[in-house]
Amino acid sequence: MTATVDASAATDSTGRNRKANLIAFAVMALLVAIAPFVAYPFFVMQALCFALFACAFNLLIGYVNLLSLGHAMFLGLASYVCAHAAKVWGLEPVSAILVGTVASAALGLIVGALAIRSSGIYFAMITVAFSQMVYFFCVEAPFTHGEDGIQGVPQGLALGLFSLSNPWILYVFVAIVFLFGFLAIQRIVNSPFGEILKAIRENEPRVISLGYRATLYKLAAFTLSAAFAGLAGATKAIVAQNASLTDVAFAMSGEVVLMTLVGGMGTFYGPVVGAVIVVSMQNYLAQFGEWVTVIQGVVFVACVLAFRRGIVGELAARAKVTL
Amino acid sequence: MAEAALQRSGDGAARLALEIRGLQAWYNESHILHGVDLDVREGEVVTLLGRNGAGKTTTLKAIMGIVGKRSGSVAFNGRELINLPIERIARLGVALCPEERAIFASLTVKENLFLPPAVAKTGAMSVDRIYALFPNLRERLSSGGGKLSGGEQQMLAIARILRTGARFLMLDEPTEGLAPVIIQQIGRTIAELKREGFTILLVEQNFRFASTLADRFFVMEHGRIVDAFASVELEGRMGFLHETLGV
Amino acid sequence: MTLFGHAISMPALYGQLLIGLINGSFYALLSLGLAVIFGMLQIVNFAHGAFYMMGAFAAYFLLTLTGLDYWFALILSPLIIGAIGAVVERLFLKRLAGFDPLYSLLLTFGLALVFQGLFQNYFGASGMPYSIPKQLAGAWNLGFMFLPVYRGWVIVASVVVCLGTWLVIEKTKLGAYLRAATENPTMVRAFGVNVPRMVTLTYGFGVALAAFAGVLAAPIAQVRPGMGADIIAVVFAVVVIGGMGSILGSIVTGFVLGVVEGLTKVFYPEASNTVVFVIMAIVLLVRPAGLFGRA
Repeated sequence: MTATVDASAATDSTGRNRKANLIAFAVMALLVAIAPFVAYPFFVMQALCFALFACAFNLLIGYVNLLSLGHAMFLGLASYVCAHAAKVWGLEPVSAILVGTVASAALGLIVGALAIRSSGIYFAMITVAFSQMVYFFCVEAPFTHGEDGIQGVPQGLALGLFSLSNPWILYVFVAIVFLFGFLAIQRIVNSPFGEILKAIRENEPRVISLGYRATLYKLAAFTLSAAFAGLAGATKAIVAQNASLTDVAFAMSGEVVLMTLVGGMGTFYGPVVGAVIVVSMQNYLAQFGEWVTVIQGVVFVACVLAFRRGIVGELAARAKVTL
Repeated sequence: MAEAALQRSGDGAARLALEIRGLQAWYNESHILHGVDLDVREGEVVTLLGRNGAGKTTTLKAIMGIVGKRSGSVAFNGRELINLPIERIARLGVALCPEERAIFASLTVKENLFLPPAVAKTGAMSVDRIYALFPNLRERLSSGGGKLSGGEQQMLAIARILRTGARFLMLDEPTEGLAPVIIQQIGRTIAELKREGFTILLVEQNFRFASTLADRFFVMEHGRIVDAFASVELEGRMGFLHETLGV
Repeated sequence: MTLFGHAISMPALYGQLLIGLINGSFYALLSLGLAVIFGMLQIVNFAHGAFYMMGAFAAYFLLTLTGLDYWFALILSPLIIGAIGAVVERLFLKRLAGFDPLYSLLLTFGLALVFQGLFQNYFGASGMPYSIPKQLAGAWNLGFMFLPVYRGWVIVASVVVCLGTWLVIEKTKLGAYLRAATENPTMVRAFGVNVPRMVTLTYGFGVALAAFAGVLAAPIAQVRPGMGADIIAVVFAVVVIGGMGSILGSIVTGFVLGVVEGLTKVFYPEASNTVVFVIMAIVLLVRPAGLFGRA
């Protein structure tokens, strides 16, 4: 008797979740479609790249409980490699983006292999240190042009067909990349692989005792997260037509944490909402100079102390659904 | 029935050292104690009996304040403890010797022994007395706390709270996992402490060990006291105890 | 003498060794502070670099606003910044006890942004000069090289403070409380020790060590808002290499890595910025818990 009740309650909540997610996705897709008409398109594209970056970061913190404080290395490296591939090797943009993404995935595999045996704060420190190393590399390597960065990256013809120098085509292209990345991450989290990741987050020794090699799963998650962060960085290089030290700097690693925290860690839509908020904040507060950093810090502290679920997490908890 | 037992036993003149009424305690979400009533008179040895999970250790920890949440009343020498933080309770002269003994591995035996600060100006046992009670400890003063045998750990755990001047001792399963000869030594020590006027609340699975030391017994089940009786009534309770404790 | 195709001159070698020891002095002080804090609070203090920077600024303000010189600053700045640290622990970190330690880490990270942003606001990226105290001006001729007196002083001061801290933790009653509370804080409270207050003071002390390093650094580097952010990633690498298990380990690793970095500048300058991170990668492969850490 009780079992039947529980089962129907479970189906009920799955149904509710499906419905809520359908609505959320429809709202998001609609906003992506109308955004360039109400806001400055370049700004919206930047926001979409950061949103994807935050979703990639969230794959780790939200579903494996691994806090990376060096994720800028993946965003930045892919951005440089993509810019170099497009400008110097003359690759068309899709291939250049893929090359950048693969470079970050490879970096993720190496860093992950070294860091993944640690957890918690140790893991966080290791990621900081490695990202600093990548930063120094980007300062000194000849192809990144140090302080100048890579400027004037050609947008070119995507797949040889679509001219990305047309702002509307570029916008559609970025929107597709973002939605693809978003859905792919959602798919990964909801797959059997994602279920094991979540089980590792809840009780790692138990998952190991069931015969799963938890370390490999975590490494795969780390590499995937690095790859999606790379996808975001590479796309951003095409959008902004440059790659610079900003994208690989420590502050960027902090910003992605802030985005995810504000929006809601461990929610699909939280990082997107958070990214839009943080990017808007930077945009509209830019006139206040360094106060932006102070305000970001205050928001950080306030979220940690009193608003740990974030915006979407709080909404989802009130509506009793998973978003 | 418990109240009746309290009335009948002892001479009635001794002051209450500890008076617990309606004590409830929680760890996180789990509700462990459901209203414990218990008294300990000054100078008495009182033993808490009960099966595993009955709430004996939690009762000791709740007195000390080491639980997630607690309610009810715990009066020590007339002073209400329920809202005091752990360290304030300790400073009033309540000492706990926990089941896991909690010897600090990164400290030497000597550092472990001298770690607890004095909580009273009088009533502390001199270091020489302590070495006389536990001669083994003296030889191992410079060893690391992690290198002691189970028996040595237990002696150190008792010894370090005797030094502080606390006169109310809570000993949680002091004989657990120890060799018979060590158990005897611990038994002699507790008897000695009783003669010196220490008040002792003992949690013990070893029923035979407890029966030789205690003045009174409380029996716990499901987070409540279900029986209380004096040691003279022990014989008559054997049937009930067999049933409740499986001893 | 040549190596990797670089001509090595002995004065350059001694010079870099000296710079290595100086950097090591800062690494040791900062990683020691992190280790002390970690022991009691089980958190990594991401605001450590910011407190280091604030220590240097406190010295600067003491001089420009009140006229108190370097020697006062050496005492007062750690006290002031340490007190700020204690307030931070009391007001913020205490509230996060019982939550995932990652939240405390994020909190210190946010505070670092606030502090650094505030100073950047008022001072920009530029540095404020802070002169070497006159008692420590000049240089000694050691025969094979000139040793600026102030640099020698930094090394001595760091060694003394580090060893002093180690001695207090390993050999005194106070240190025994600290070690015991690191292992089992509840039991130490059950002995009547006010552990929550000890935690606050420990955080304050770790922060004070960072501020002390900041004052030492003020006359060497300029006093800049970004000075903490620049050094902290290397210090984290040092902590990962040494492992969090041991106080002495963090001190030794700090000095050794400073020297290794200095030597790399002589023999293979291209790698001098990254050598510490490369060593960290190797250590992680061989001993994930660090050289002195407990697995």
